[in-house]
Amino acid sequence: MTKPQTTSKSAFWAGYRDCLPFILVAGPFGMLFGVAATDLGLNLVETMTMTVLVIAGASQFTALLLIEENAPTFIIILTALAVNLRMAMYSAAMVPYLGKASRGMKLLLAYFNVDQSFGLASVRFPLETGWTVANRSAYFCGASMAIMPFWVLFSYLGAAFGTKIPDSFALDFALPICFLAIIAPALRTLPHVLAAFTSVVGALLLSWVPFSLGLIIAAIIAMMVGAWSEKWLEGRKQ
Amino acid sequence: MTLDPVQIWTVIAGLAVGTFFIRWSFLGLLGDRELPEWAHRHLRYTAVAILPGLIAPFVLWPTATQGQTDPVRLAAALVALGLGVWRKSAVAAILGGFGTLYALQYLTAG
Repeated sequence: MTKPQTTSKSAFWAGYRDCLPFILVAGPFGMLFGVAATDLGLNLVETMTMTVLVIAGASQFTALLLIEENAPTFIIILTALAVNLRMAMYSAAMVPYLGKASRGMKLLLAYFNVDQSFGLASVRFPLETGWTVANRSAYFCGASMAIMPFWVLFSYLGAAFGTKIPDSFALDFALPICFLAIIAPALRTLPHVLAAFTSVVGALLLSWVPFSLGLIIAAIIAMMVGAWSEKWLEGRKQ
Repeated sequence: MTLDPVQIWTVIAGLAVGTFFIRWSFLGLLGDRELPEWAHRHLRYTAVAILPGLIAPFVLWPTATQGQTDPVRLAAALVALGLGVWRKSAVAAILGGFGTLYALQYLTAG
Protein backbone atom coordinates (compact mmCIF):
# COMPACT_ATOMS: atom_id res chain seq x y z
CA MET A 1 0.00 0.00 0.00
CA THR A 2 1.26 3.45 -0.80
CA LYS A 3 1.48 6.10 1.84
CA PRO A 4 -1.73 8.17 1.86
CA GLN A 5 -1.18 11.45 0.10
CA THR A 6 -0.91 14.50 2.30
CA THR A 7 -3.81 16.89 1.86
CA SER A 8 -3.37 20.62 2.14
CA LYS A 9 -5.73 20.54 5.09
CA SER A 10 -3.60 18.09 7.04
CA ALA A 11 -0.43 20.00 6.09
CA PHE A 12 -2.00 23.22 7.37
CA TRP A 13 -2.78 21.65 10.73
CA ALA A 14 0.67 20.05 10.91
CA GLY A 15 2.17 23.52 10.60
CA TYR A 16 -0.31 24.88 13.11
CA ARG A 17 0.59 22.20 15.66
CA ASP A 18 4.33 22.53 15.13
CA CYS A 19 4.14 26.26 15.80
CA LEU A 20 2.01 26.16 18.95
CA PRO A 21 4.94 26.08 21.40
CA PHE A 22 6.13 29.45 20.04
CA ILE A 23 3.01 31.10 21.45
CA LEU A 24 4.76 30.98 24.81
CA VAL A 25 7.33 33.43 23.43
CA ALA A 26 5.10 35.51 21.15
CA GLY A 27 2.58 36.17 23.94
CA PRO A 28 4.93 37.96 26.36
CA PHE A 29 6.75 39.80 23.53
CA GLY A 30 3.49 40.99 22.01
CA MET A 31 2.24 42.15 25.36
CA LEU A 32 5.46 44.01 26.12
CA PHE A 33 5.36 45.64 22.71
CA GLY A 34 1.86 46.93 23.42
CA VAL A 35 2.91 48.16 26.84
CA ALA A 36 6.14 49.80 25.61
CA ALA A 37 4.44 51.48 22.64
CA THR A 38 1.71 52.90 24.85
CA ASP A 39 4.24 53.94 27.47
CA LEU A 40 6.12 55.86 24.77
CA GLY A 41 2.94 57.67 23.73
CA LEU A 42 1.60 55.77 20.71
CA ASN A 43 -2.19 55.49 20.69
CA LEU A 44 -4.09 52.24 20.26
CA VAL A 45 -4.65 52.65 16.51
CA GLU A 46 -0.97 53.43 15.86
CA THR A 47 0.22 50.54 18.02
CA MET A 48 -2.14 47.99 16.46
CA THR A 49 -1.53 49.15 12.88
CA MET A 50 2.19 48.71 13.39
CA THR A 51 1.87 45.30 14.99
CA VAL A 52 -0.52 43.92 12.32
CA LEU A 53 1.32 45.30 9.28
CA VAL A 54 4.91 44.74 10.39
CA ILE A 55 4.67 41.57 12.53
CA ALA A 56 8.37 41.57 13.33
CA GLY A 57 8.92 42.18 17.02
CA ALA A 58 12.61 43.08 17.04
CA SER A 59 12.19 45.75 14.36
CA GLN A 60 9.11 47.16 16.09
CA PHE A 61 11.04 47.47 19.35
CA THR A 62 13.90 49.06 17.42
CA ALA A 63 11.55 51.70 15.99
CA LEU A 64 10.22 52.49 19.47
CA LEU A 65 13.70 52.92 20.95
CA LEU A 66 14.84 55.22 18.14
CA ILE A 67 11.67 57.31 18.41
CA GLU A 68 12.49 57.67 22.10
CA GLU A 69 16.03 58.70 21.14
CA ASN A 70 14.62 61.41 18.83
CA ALA A 71 16.43 59.94 15.84
CA PRO A 72 15.43 61.31 12.40
CA THR A 73 12.52 59.48 10.74
CA PHE A 74 14.64 58.21 7.86
CA ILE A 75 17.20 56.68 10.26
CA ILE A 76 14.45 55.04 12.33
CA ILE A 77 13.04 53.31 9.25
CA LEU A 78 16.47 52.38 7.90
CA THR A 79 17.69 50.86 11.17
CA ALA A 80 14.45 48.97 11.84
CA LEU A 81 14.49 47.59 8.27
CA ALA A 82 18.10 46.54 8.68
CA VAL A 83 17.00 44.40 11.63
CA ASN A 84 14.61 42.63 9.22
CA LEU A 85 17.16 42.04 6.44
CA ARG A 86 17.60 38.47 7.65
CA MET A 87 14.17 37.79 6.12
CA ALA A 88 15.59 38.31 2.63
CA MET A 89 17.66 35.23 3.41
CA TYR A 90 14.48 33.36 4.48
CA SER A 91 12.82 34.45 1.25
CA ALA A 92 15.73 33.17 -0.83
CA ALA A 93 15.90 29.89 1.09
CA MET A 94 12.20 29.19 0.43
CA VAL A 95 12.41 29.66 -3.37
CA PRO A 96 13.17 25.97 -4.08
CA TYR A 97 10.14 24.91 -2.01
CA LEU A 98 7.58 27.65 -2.60
CA GLY A 99 8.78 29.40 -5.75
CA LYS A 100 6.23 27.61 -7.96
CA ALA A 101 3.24 28.82 -5.93
CA SER A 102 0.81 31.23 -7.60
CA ARG A 103 1.51 34.94 -7.56
CA GLY A 104 -1.32 35.64 -5.09
CA MET A 105 -0.23 32.81 -2.80
CA LYS A 106 3.32 34.14 -2.80
CA LEU A 107 2.09 37.53 -1.59
CA LEU A 108 0.36 35.76 1.28
CA LEU A 109 3.41 33.59 1.99
CA ALA A 110 5.60 36.70 2.07
CA TYR A 111 3.35 38.26 4.68
CA PHE A 112 3.52 34.99 6.64
CA ASN A 113 7.33 34.79 6.33
CA VAL A 114 8.27 35.23 9.98
CA ASP A 115 11.06 33.75 12.10
CA GLN A 116 8.89 30.89 13.39
CA SER A 117 7.27 29.77 10.12
CA PHE A 118 10.60 29.93 8.30
CA GLY A 119 12.41 28.09 11.10
CA LEU A 120 9.88 25.25 11.11
CA ALA A 121 9.61 25.05 7.31
CA SER A 122 13.35 24.95 6.78
CA VAL A 123 13.53 21.88 9.02
CA ARG A 124 10.43 20.08 7.74
CA PHE A 125 10.42 20.73 3.96
CA PRO A 126 13.66 18.86 3.20
CA LEU A 127 12.28 15.81 5.08
CA GLU A 128 8.82 15.76 3.43
CA THR A 129 9.96 14.82 -0.06
CA GLY A 130 6.43 13.80 -1.12
CA TRP A 131 4.88 17.19 -0.41
CA THR A 132 3.48 19.29 -3.25
CA VAL A 133 3.85 23.05 -3.48
CA ALA A 134 0.25 23.31 -2.22
CA ASN A 135 1.10 21.14 0.80
CA ARG A 136 4.12 23.27 1.63
CA SER A 137 2.19 26.51 1.21
CA ALA A 138 -0.50 25.15 3.54
CA TYR A 139 2.08 24.12 6.14
CA PHE A 140 3.69 27.55 6.00
CA CYS A 141 0.33 29.31 6.41
CA GLY A 142 -0.68 26.96 9.22
CA ALA A 143 2.45 27.74 11.19
CA SER A 144 1.90 31.48 10.87
CA MET A 145 -1.80 31.26 11.65
CA ALA A 146 -0.94 29.56 14.94
CA ILE A 147 1.22 32.38 16.16
CA MET A 148 0.02 35.62 14.53
CA PRO A 149 -3.39 35.90 16.20
CA PHE A 150 -1.65 35.60 19.57
CA TRP A 151 0.95 38.19 18.64
CA VAL A 152 -1.82 40.63 17.70
CA LEU A 153 -4.08 39.75 20.64
CA PHE A 154 -1.33 40.15 23.22
CA SER A 155 -0.12 43.41 21.65
CA TYR A 156 -3.67 44.65 22.05
CA LEU A 157 -3.86 43.55 25.68
CA GLY A 158 -0.57 45.30 26.42
CA ALA A 159 -1.66 48.47 24.64
CA ALA A 160 -5.12 48.52 26.20
CA PHE A 161 -4.07 47.85 29.76
CA GLY A 162 -0.48 49.08 29.78
CA THR A 163 -1.47 52.58 30.89
CA LYS A 164 -3.07 51.16 34.04
CA ILE A 165 0.23 49.72 35.26
CA PRO A 166 1.82 51.98 37.91
CA ASP A 167 5.31 53.49 37.50
CA SER A 168 6.72 51.26 40.24
CA PHE A 169 6.67 48.37 37.76
CA ALA A 170 9.56 50.06 35.93
CA LEU A 171 8.07 49.33 32.50
CA ASP A 172 10.65 51.67 30.99
CA PHE A 173 12.95 48.68 31.34
CA ALA A 174 10.60 46.31 29.49
CA LEU A 175 12.27 47.23 26.19
CA PRO A 176 15.85 46.50 27.29
CA ILE A 177 14.78 43.19 28.85
CA CYS A 178 12.89 42.24 25.68
CA PHE A 179 15.90 42.96 23.53
CA LEU A 180 18.16 40.93 25.80
CA ALA A 181 15.63 38.08 25.60
CA ILE A 182 15.81 38.22 21.80
CA ILE A 183 19.60 38.48 21.65
CA ALA A 184 20.67 36.03 24.37
CA PRO A 185 19.36 32.78 22.83
CA ALA A 186 20.87 33.88 19.49
CA LEU A 187 24.39 33.89 20.94
CA ARG A 188 24.88 30.28 19.88
CA THR A 189 28.32 30.40 18.33
CA LEU A 190 31.58 32.28 18.82
CA PRO A 191 31.01 34.43 15.69
CA HIS A 192 27.59 35.47 17.04
CA VAL A 193 29.17 36.45 20.36
CA LEU A 194 31.96 38.37 18.62
CA ALA A 195 29.45 40.20 16.42
CA ALA A 196 27.33 41.16 19.43
CA PHE A 197 30.39 42.36 21.37
CA THR A 198 31.60 44.43 18.39
CA SER A 199 28.12 45.93 18.07
CA VAL A 200 28.09 47.11 21.71
CA VAL A 201 31.63 48.50 21.72
CA GLY A 202 31.19 50.10 18.30
CA ALA A 203 27.86 51.72 19.15
CA LEU A 204 29.22 53.18 22.40
CA LEU A 205 32.42 54.48 20.78
CA LEU A 206 30.53 55.93 17.81
CA SER A 207 27.65 57.47 19.79
CA TRP A 208 29.01 60.93 18.85
CA VAL A 209 28.21 60.39 15.16
CA PRO A 210 25.13 62.50 14.28
CA PHE A 211 21.66 61.15 13.32
CA SER A 212 22.21 57.87 15.22
CA LEU A 213 24.33 56.73 12.27
CA GLY A 214 26.99 55.41 14.65
CA LEU A 215 24.78 52.39 15.28
CA ILE A 216 24.53 51.59 11.57
CA ILE A 217 28.31 51.87 11.15
CA ALA A 218 28.87 49.70 14.23
CA ALA A 219 26.36 47.15 12.87
CA ILE A 220 28.11 46.91 9.50
CA ILE A 221 31.45 46.32 11.21
CA ALA A 222 29.84 43.78 13.56
CA MET A 223 28.31 41.87 10.63
CA MET A 224 31.71 41.67 8.99
CA VAL A 225 33.29 40.47 12.23
CA GLY A 226 30.63 37.74 12.45
CA ALA A 227 30.97 36.66 8.83
CA TRP A 228 34.77 36.73 8.76
CA SER A 229 35.26 34.95 12.06
CA GLU A 230 32.83 32.27 10.87
CA LYS A 231 34.87 31.81 7.72
CA TRP A 232 38.11 31.76 9.67
CA LEU A 233 36.80 29.12 12.08
CA GLU A 234 35.61 26.98 9.15
CA GLY A 235 39.03 27.24 7.55
CA ARG A 236 40.71 26.05 10.72
CA LYS A 237 38.45 23.02 11.02
CA GLN A 238 39.39 21.68 7.59
CA MET B 1 7.01 63.23 25.70
CA THR B 2 4.75 64.36 22.85
CA LEU B 3 5.09 62.46 19.63
CA ASP B 4 4.61 63.82 16.16
CA PRO B 5 1.81 61.77 14.54
CA VAL B 6 3.21 62.43 11.07
CA GLN B 7 6.53 60.91 12.13
CA ILE B 8 4.82 57.91 13.77
CA TRP B 9 2.70 57.16 10.69
CA THR B 10 5.67 57.63 8.36
CA VAL B 11 7.64 55.12 10.44
CA ILE B 12 4.71 52.66 10.47
CA ALA B 13 4.20 52.93 6.70
CA GLY B 14 7.90 52.76 5.85
CA LEU B 15 8.53 49.83 8.14
CA ALA B 16 5.43 47.93 6.95
CA VAL B 17 6.12 48.37 3.23
CA GLY B 18 9.86 47.81 3.56
CA THR B 19 9.46 44.69 5.70
CA PHE B 20 6.92 43.20 3.31
CA PHE B 21 9.21 43.87 0.38
CA ILE B 22 12.14 42.16 2.16
CA ARG B 23 9.96 39.12 2.91
CA TRP B 24 8.68 38.95 -0.65
CA SER B 25 11.96 39.82 -2.38
CA PHE B 26 13.38 36.51 -3.56
CA LEU B 27 10.16 34.54 -3.44
CA GLY B 28 8.21 36.98 -5.58
CA LEU B 29 10.62 39.10 -7.54
CA LEU B 30 14.07 37.63 -7.86
CA GLY B 31 12.95 34.03 -8.21
CA ASP B 32 15.65 31.44 -8.65
CA ARG B 33 18.51 33.88 -8.56
CA GLU B 34 20.92 32.52 -5.98
CA LEU B 35 21.98 34.68 -3.08
CA PRO B 36 25.79 34.47 -3.07
CA GLU B 37 27.42 32.64 -0.19
CA TRP B 38 29.08 35.76 1.20
CA ALA B 39 25.69 37.48 1.40
CA HIS B 40 24.21 34.57 3.37
CA ARG B 41 27.20 34.70 5.65
CA HIS B 42 26.69 38.39 6.43
CA LEU B 43 22.89 38.31 6.66
CA ARG B 44 23.11 35.62 9.34
CA TYR B 45 24.55 38.25 11.66
CA THR B 46 22.26 41.25 11.03
CA ALA B 47 20.20 40.82 14.21
CA VAL B 48 23.13 40.25 16.59
CA ALA B 49 25.03 43.08 14.87
CA ILE B 50 22.34 45.73 15.43
CA LEU B 51 20.33 44.88 18.54
CA PRO B 52 23.13 44.70 21.15
CA GLY B 53 24.53 48.09 20.11
CA LEU B 54 21.06 49.58 20.08
CA ILE B 55 20.25 48.45 23.59
CA ALA B 56 23.61 48.97 25.34
CA PRO B 57 23.15 52.72 26.07
CA PHE B 58 19.66 52.12 27.50
CA VAL B 59 21.02 49.44 29.83
CA LEU B 60 24.01 51.49 30.99
CA TRP B 61 22.26 54.87 31.19
CA PRO B 62 18.51 54.28 31.68
CA THR B 63 16.04 56.99 30.68
CA ALA B 64 14.01 56.53 33.87
CA THR B 65 16.99 57.50 36.07
CA GLN B 66 17.91 60.48 33.86
CA GLY B 67 20.90 58.64 32.46
CA GLN B 68 22.42 57.72 35.81
CA THR B 69 23.68 54.13 35.86
CA ASP B 70 21.25 52.17 38.01
CA PRO B 71 22.65 49.07 39.79
CA VAL B 72 19.18 47.51 40.01
CA ARG B 73 18.46 47.80 36.27
CA LEU B 74 22.02 46.73 35.42
CA ALA B 75 21.67 43.60 37.57
CA ALA B 76 18.29 42.81 35.96
CA ALA B 77 19.84 43.14 32.51
CA LEU B 78 22.76 40.86 33.40
CA VAL B 79 20.43 38.20 34.81
CA ALA B 80 18.22 38.37 31.70
CA LEU B 81 21.26 38.04 29.44
CA GLY B 82 22.85 35.27 31.51
CA LEU B 83 19.65 33.20 31.78
CA GLY B 84 18.87 33.70 28.10
CA VAL B 85 22.29 32.46 27.02
CA TRP B 86 22.35 29.60 29.52
CA ARG B 87 18.79 28.30 29.02
CA LYS B 88 18.65 29.30 25.30
CA SER B 89 15.21 30.63 26.16
CA ALA B 90 13.60 34.02 25.68
CA VAL B 91 10.94 33.28 28.27
CA ALA B 92 13.58 32.46 30.90
CA ALA B 93 15.32 35.76 30.11
CA ILE B 94 12.11 37.79 30.44
CA LEU B 95 11.05 36.12 33.69
CA GLY B 96 14.55 36.30 35.19
CA GLY B 97 15.02 39.93 34.17
CA PHE B 98 11.73 41.18 35.57
CA GLY B 99 12.06 38.93 38.64
CA THR B 100 15.45 40.43 39.46
CA LEU B 101 14.25 43.97 38.74
CA TYR B 102 11.27 43.72 41.08
CA ALA B 103 13.06 41.77 43.80
CA LEU B 104 15.93 44.28 43.98
CA GLN B 105 13.57 47.26 43.79
CA TYR B 106 11.62 45.83 46.71
CA LEU B 107 14.77 45.13 48.73
CA THR B 108 16.39 48.52 48.11
CA ALA B 109 13.18 50.54 48.62
CA GLY B 110 13.05 50.06 52.43
